[in-house]
Amino acid sequence: MVANHDIDITVRRGTVHALVGENGAGKSTLMKILYGMQKPDEGTITLDGEQVSLSSPADAISRGIGMVHQHFMLADNLTVLENVVLGAEKLHGIGGGARRKILEISQAYHLNVRPDVLVEELGVADRQRVEILKVLYRGARTLILDEPTAVLVPQEVDALFDNLRELKAEGLTVIFISHKLGEVLSVADDITVIRRGTTVASVHPSETSPKQLAELMVGSELPTPETRESTVTDTAMLRVVDLNLSATDSDGVCRTVLDGIGFTIHKGEVLGVAGVEGNGQAELVEAIMGIRDPDGGEIVLDTDDISHAPTRTRRESGIGYIPEDRHRHALLLESPLWENRMLGHVTEKPNSGRFLLNLKGARQDTERIVREYDVRTPGIEVTAASLSGGNQQKLIVGREMSHRPKLLIAAHPTRGVDVGAQAQIWDQIREARREGLAVLLISADLDELIGLSDTLRVMYRGRLVADADPATITPEELGSAMTGAASGHLEHHPESPESVQDDEHVQDDEHVQGNEAPEDGESR
Amino acid sequence: MNAVRRVNREKLLLQLGAPLLAILAALVITSVILATTGGDPFRAYSVMIEFGFKSDSQIWIINKAIPYFLAAVAVAVGFRMKLFNIGVDGQYRLAAFCAAALGGAVAFPSFIQIPLMILTAMFVGAIWSGIAGLLKATRGVSEVVSTIMLNFIAASLIGYLIQENRLGVVEGNLTHTENIPESGHFFEISTGQEPIGGFVIVAVLVGVVYWLVLNRSRFGFDLRAVGGSHSAAEASGVNVKRMVVSSMLLSGLFAGLVGMPTLLGESHNYGTDFPEGIGFTGIAIALLGRNHPVGMALAALLWGFLERTGTQLEFEGYSQEIIGVMQGVIVFCVVIAYEVVRRYGLKLQQRKVGEELAAEARAKSSNEAGASA
Repeated sequence: MVANHDIDITVRRGTVHALVGENGAGKSTLMKILYGMQKPDEGTITLDGEQVSLSSPADAISRGIGMVHQHFMLADNLTVLENVVLGAEKLHGIGGGARRKILEISQAYHLNVRPDVLVEELGVADRQRVEILKVLYRGARTLILDEPTAVLVPQEVDALFDNLRELKAEGLTVIFISHKLGEVLSVADDITVIRRGTTVASVHPSETSPKQLAELMVGSELPTPETRESTVTDTAMLRVVDLNLSATDSDGVCRTVLDGIGFTIHKGEVLGVAGVEGNGQAELVEAIMGIRDPDGGEIVLDTDDISHAPTRTRRESGIGYIPEDRHRHALLLESPLWENRMLGHVTEKPNSGRFLLNLKGARQDTERIVREYDVRTPGIEVTAASLSGGNQQKLIVGREMSHRPKLLIAAHPTRGVDVGAQAQIWDQIREARREGLAVLLISADLDELIGLSDTLRVMYRGRLVADADPATITPEELGSAMTGAASGHLEHHPESPESVQDDEHVQDDEHVQGNEAPEDGESR
Repeated sequence: MNAVRRVNREKLLLQLGAPLLAILAALVITSVILATTGGDPFRAYSVMIEFGFKSDSQIWIINKAIPYFLAAVAVAVGFRMKLFNIGVDGQYRLAAFCAAALGGAVAFPSFIQIPLMILTAMFVGAIWSGIAGLLKATRGVSEVVSTIMLNFIAASLIGYLIQENRLGVVEGNLTHTENIPESGHFFEISTGQEPIGGFVIVAVLVGVVYWLVLNRSRFGFDLRAVGGSHSAAEASGVNVKRMVVSSMLLSGLFAGLVGMPTLLGESHNYGTDFPEGIGFTGIAIALLGRNHPVGMALAALLWGFLERTGTQLEFEGYSQEIIGVMQGVIVFCVVIAYEVVRRYGLKLQQRKVGEELAAEARAKSSNEAGASA
């Protein structure tokens, strides 16, 4: 298995260098090699003109390379100081000397770290700063950040980027892994694009656009998800009215995650919701699925009010669900495929009768799904875990489609799926839509959103702030609305695609709360 | 098709392999322990086998295995959804006590008296485990902690109520509840020697019900789904909190039965000498039997066999504790062997799937190449 081959990357000192690529493109493997966690089969790494071989993270640290992992490695029940000195006691001791050093670093880079607070009392952004400080404390001059923004809300991302600029100003080097193109363009000095384990381009942010980057990332041979002939009808299938939801986050702060959400999806319509992850899309899906109980508002499927119905009732009344995280929400990884085929539909035919399961029916139907949806597997008795991601996803899509849903909720339906399976999943969604299926599509892949959707909405901080016509809109224009820079009805400006971004019309969002797009065609 | 059958056969082999491997490893370790403590392991085994297979021993073993099996079923219900009901012990004791107190206070004909007592026991067992279930569902209290504490509470409660002039009567240096009238005695299967308790039939029924509910019912699928993945089960429409409570209730229902063979068939009252600790034995047996009814039945018999032959070893100059060591070693080996075999099986399967698909792809591409040429 070759995860990486022919990777060429040059990082200049004192810059922020971004590595972008799709999930599974090989970014993490590359980082593991640079941090000494994995050894390359061939090739060389040169650091400050000297060829080095890194055989362990300790090796990397001693050469001034530090890594901030996506999942934090902190002990909750220890203070910040204790966490920082843990494993590096020899450097400055564990008492006053260490505290002075921590405060010094904290001040130098404006990290705002308080050494005597328990880590469990810190929020995500603070924890990340502690991780950065930990690395700096060990004398790192080169920092590797693995998808640091995945866990942050937009304001925190801004703060992080300010920190990164401080580091850069002090002559440190930052390698920044991400697949969020907007962020990359705003913070990086150089960008390297990785696709299928190899570097395909090195570009400057000033010379490129998200669209170009996206093309580089996925390759231009990507099948387009376009569906042009409209199948939208007048019959409303899902009506969401003024939906509100608040949730308590890990800091114990109660935040509004859904704020007056309202939209209607008709039979045969695909409604796409764009947005930076963490702006309430996941919560919206969970509210419609009945996993979270909304504080207010109405959810009407067909003609039934399902606002507070249990999840099972909703599934039985015709909602199909392709969740964002298939391992956590759609599969029993250690169970055979045919048991996974029953998951979520155990009360429906052919899986069961009134009380008892119908194993024979479920097995036969699993065989059918495997055949019709081209799930590559030697049989239906193997566990779900042994299939590749794309095949797992095909099984899930097959399962959900087999119950003839009225409404399909598809959250990132092709994430981490290979190109072939992607095209197939798009085809299936398109075909079902032609037969009157209503689809709520949530995706981070803007091309997928624009190509598949009949209507587009943009979600930002728990609200639907903008809408657009997928026939004319470009990913750049959509992207600017996703960062909150534009709202209202987005119009395409053929001459200057950047114009939406440049517009200073950052306004209140009140205007676009209703179900209908505002009448005027101005960009807001 | 061939591949499927092969995967199945492999799975079966792995499933049988684990317990065999475990018992073999346990034998080796025990032999070493026996040898180092100065005994001859092989003579010990031959004594055990010879004595264990005598017919009166076999009857003793079966009678002993009945409550063990019931306790294992109660534990296994929890295990199937990754809940650890350590409280079977307190549940069955309180259940048996309440059933005994009620049975001693009333005198109905058999067909009322016996079901009344059994249902009382099941009800009390379910209440006691249900408390832990409710605490977990509503307050997130770990069932491990709450069931252990409920064990102590049950013991103290029984100790309080069993005193003379409450519910107990004193007989010699024992205190027990009023004797249950003749109509509350369970039937026995006579064998010419000691009889086998009729509860063996109830135990078999419980095994069948357990298997049907867990493996063949919609409820059982939901329960197992929660065990497989909380988040996936929730997204699939299972009410996870309610499932926690229901499974604890179900576990308690079975736990309530554990004391019944003794109460209805042997002691006919709940005294200070009523057997304790069967709930913990049940945990070991559920582990050994892989939560499968047949596996648990065999494990319960093995346990009975070890206990029976342990007494004989003592006469032969071995220390009786060696049986306890053996039991402990078996459980350890079993837990380790299952985990090792499970991981190995998963890896093997993943590799197999990969290989097979690669071969398929190669065949396809060479076909296409052939066709185009």
